[in-house]
Amino acid sequence: MNVVLMVWRQENRDTAGRLQRIEAKDISSEMSFLEMLDVVNERLILAGERPIAFDHDCREGICGSCGVVINGTAHGPRRGTTTCQLHMREFHDGQTIVIEPYRAKPFPVLRDLVVDRSALDRITAAGGFVSASTGSAPDGNAIPVAKPKAEAAMDAAACIGCGACVAACPNAAAMLFVGAKISHLGLLPQGQPERWMRAEAMVAAMDREGFGPCTNVTECAAVCPKEINLSVIARMNRDRMAAVFLVARRSPRGDTA
Amino acid sequence: MDLKANVPSGPIDTAWSRHKFEMKLVSPANKRKYNLIVVGSGLAGASAAASLAELGYEVRCFCYQDSPRRAHSIGAQGGINAAKNYANDGDSVFRLFYDTVKGGDFRAREANVYRLAEVSGNIIDQCVAQGVPFAREYSGYLANRSFGGAQVSRTFYARGQTGQQLLLGAYQALSRQIAAGKVTMYPRTEMLDLVLVDGKARGIVTRDLVSGKVESHAGDAVILATGGYGNVFFLSTNAKGSNVTAIWRAHKLGAGFANPCFTQIHPTCIPVSGDYQSKLTLMSESLRNDGRVWVPTKAGDNRKPRDIAEGDRDYYLERRYPAFGNLVPRDVASRAAKAVCDEGKGVGPGGRSVYLDFADAIKRLGEGGVRERYGNLFDMYERITAEDPYKGPMRIYPAVHYAMGGLWVDYNLMSTIPGLFVLGEANFSDHGANRLGASALMQGLADGYFVIPYTIGGYLASTKLAKVDREGQDFKRAEVEVNERTKRLLGNKGKRTAMSLHRELGKLLWENCGMARNAAGLRATAARIPELREEFWSQVIVPGSGSDLNQALEYAGRVADFMEFGEIMCLDALERSESCGCHYREEFQTEEGEAKRNDAEFAHVAVWEYRGPGQAERRHTEPLTFENVHLAQRSYK
Repeated sequence: MNVVLMVWRQENRDTAGRLQRIEAKDISSEMSFLEMLDVVNERLILAGERPIAFDHDCREGICGSCGVVINGTAHGPRRGTTTCQLHMREFHDGQTIVIEPYRAKPFPVLRDLVVDRSALDRITAAGGFVSASTGSAPDGNAIPVAKPKAEAAMDAAACIGCGACVAACPNAAAMLFVGAKISHLGLLPQGQPERWMRAEAMVAAMDREGFGPCTNVTECAAVCPKEINLSVIARMNRDRMAAVFLVARRSPRGDTA
Repeated sequence: MDLKANVPSGPIDTAWSRHKFEMKLVSPANKRKYNLIVVGSGLAGASAAASLAELGYEVRCFCYQDSPRRAHSIGAQGGINAAKNYANDGDSVFRLFYDTVKGGDFRAREANVYRLAEVSGNIIDQCVAQGVPFAREYSGYLANRSFGGAQVSRTFYARGQTGQQLLLGAYQALSRQIAAGKVTMYPRTEMLDLVLVDGKARGIVTRDLVSGKVESHAGDAVILATGGYGNVFFLSTNAKGSNVTAIWRAHKLGAGFANPCFTQIHPTCIPVSGDYQSKLTLMSESLRNDGRVWVPTKAGDNRKPRDIAEGDRDYYLERRYPAFGNLVPRDVASRAAKAVCDEGKGVGPGGRSVYLDFADAIKRLGEGGVRERYGNLFDMYERITAEDPYKGPMRIYPAVHYAMGGLWVDYNLMSTIPGLFVLGEANFSDHGANRLGASALMQGLADGYFVIPYTIGGYLASTKLAKVDREGQDFKRAEVEVNERTKRLLGNKGKRTAMSLHRELGKLLWENCGMARNAAGLRATAARIPELREEFWSQVIVPGSGSDLNQALEYAGRVADFMEFGEIMCLDALERSESCGCHYREEFQTEEGEAKRNDAEFAHVAVWEYRGPGQAERRHTEPLTFENVHLAQRSYK
């Protein structure tokens, strides 16, 4: 098949970008989307042109490196699928495919389709963990976890941190990402001691990084390749609200009483 | 080359305890005076960086990905072994140790493996405490499943995403230390050289993959946790960025490279679909718990799988290995698949795949039951192949997966370069010639959480370390070399892309140093690779500049190292005149076509020493003694 790419090209963070038209001829419908880009890049290199920069690594839908906006949708047309697992059979011969980077103020473009998502790491560092230092753990079976709770925690923990939720949201909100981590840890007994602090700290970090508010557009869940449920946002809001009320019970040193 | 393993003398079951006591300690107040460099942020690297920072050391951690959470440990699906015996089915530390030594076909060091089994339970405890959402029974207790090469249920799992969940646990622990200021994280930063001062590892040279800036980092010790080298084959289940560069550069500075020919070929992967193929996707080995592997009895039978009657099917693993059936170890399963395809019984385009059939499991458990166990794997299969595995069997074929070989390390996980420690897949230590399923995660985390925090203290407390400065001449010299290499790659006016050369190298190795090897093929390949390397340096075309984000340049640098490494793989395979585990030399097989070891001559680790450009590498050996597990022919019949 032949397709026409309209690809975002941008030298670096400080320069303006533009869409470049590239004809991709003789593409197999069995190729993955990124394999199609590989083929295009090989041709660009041989023609003495600069290949298209894009993030990718595992190519099996789990590392969260890849992610571009394809014809207006983060990760492209297939639900519950990362860009690397999307195949060219989802497109038709002669189609024009517009490929853009994730667009959000907290995700500056580094080059072409590569964006800086380190804001998500900083949110995790603010509180997205259980403070269990190595060696301090009791036996794994010391604390039973009800199966439905464990399953619900796993549903939330499936987030791959790709940032598609942010790219899809008109407010560039990161609430699906943050809510997923707060839900994952907040559902488990191991996550209880720091539950309120975690919610407060992660939400504060999210605001600090410049992510927008949630106005219930729900685009985030629609594009999420791991189909994280919107209910994680409700849980995040509830935990964070509870944290606000608990502030009154804090000691002057800032410890939760 | 000094290959002293430093294994504590005396009984194996108390060796680690004694060793921990005998090692010197660094006092709590002094730990913060030490700067440690950790390269890689997968299970081994992230767990090491977090644990060392918790102890009080100052840590710098480097990864080429944009976030430490993306390291390829994340791809591991099936599970992690631990000798908890929660299933009450006869498991023990000794049994896990025994299975691992036997599964590795007696080419691993007993004491290291025993320690691995010994700390395996602590790993599960640690991960549960971090909030890793392991699968649970209705009781609320942890669930287990069985895995290839074992007859007990000792595998803990988090759906088909165990590696992801364990890595996120380690990443979160690492993140906590980053926030605390104890770890400085350098994402999108690639290590391009190691720096030795007075013969000790004292730093690294890195390239910032966004700005292109080349700079040095000095420290008191360097830990490499940079994963395996499977991408030398071009097609593998590894992430696209996985590479040999860090350990290869260390090798060229004096670190012995152990058993480079030991590469695991995983039996259950989605087959190649075309020339454009960029990677191969693994389908977790756990699928073999419920899936049955078969091919048509008659070669060239082109009927649809559901039209082939039971009597016309050959469930060849169940037939050849009745005791283990579909759960034989990976090397055995892979070779058996190759054998039936070589006989012309393979299915699918090109006849290079076999069926993995869930019809019986669906009958027994219902579609819902199968979905609960393997849902995400089935979805992944459908996305890639556009075939529905609930309706018909999957098609699978072996693919390069894991490197058992790696830098040689002693019992303390230190390489032949003092101060250079190597963890996880990057070292050679625990899996011998074949790794059992669900043991990679165990080893990565054992090394990072429970071994290196002790052994690095022993090194630091007993070693006099002069003050070094990254402005020193050893660092500057290494930076100049790195810059010159980059310049050489960029200045080349060739006609071929790095990818096309890499594909050619990979094909050569897959055909001659893959599932089956013979002396003639290995000799020819070892001779061909230097020519291909010449061609690489004269023909490769690398666009762009070195002073900004340039993925083509990063890639070409990695391929250049694969071009050197591939040769030593072949030489190692050639010198090892026996079959063992993954290393199947056609000349050495039993009457039934199984791997035939030669313990009299090859019960050792082969360790290669680099001796300068244009010089042949020297092969050394570390003899392996088996005092606790009796050397025996592996049998899974």
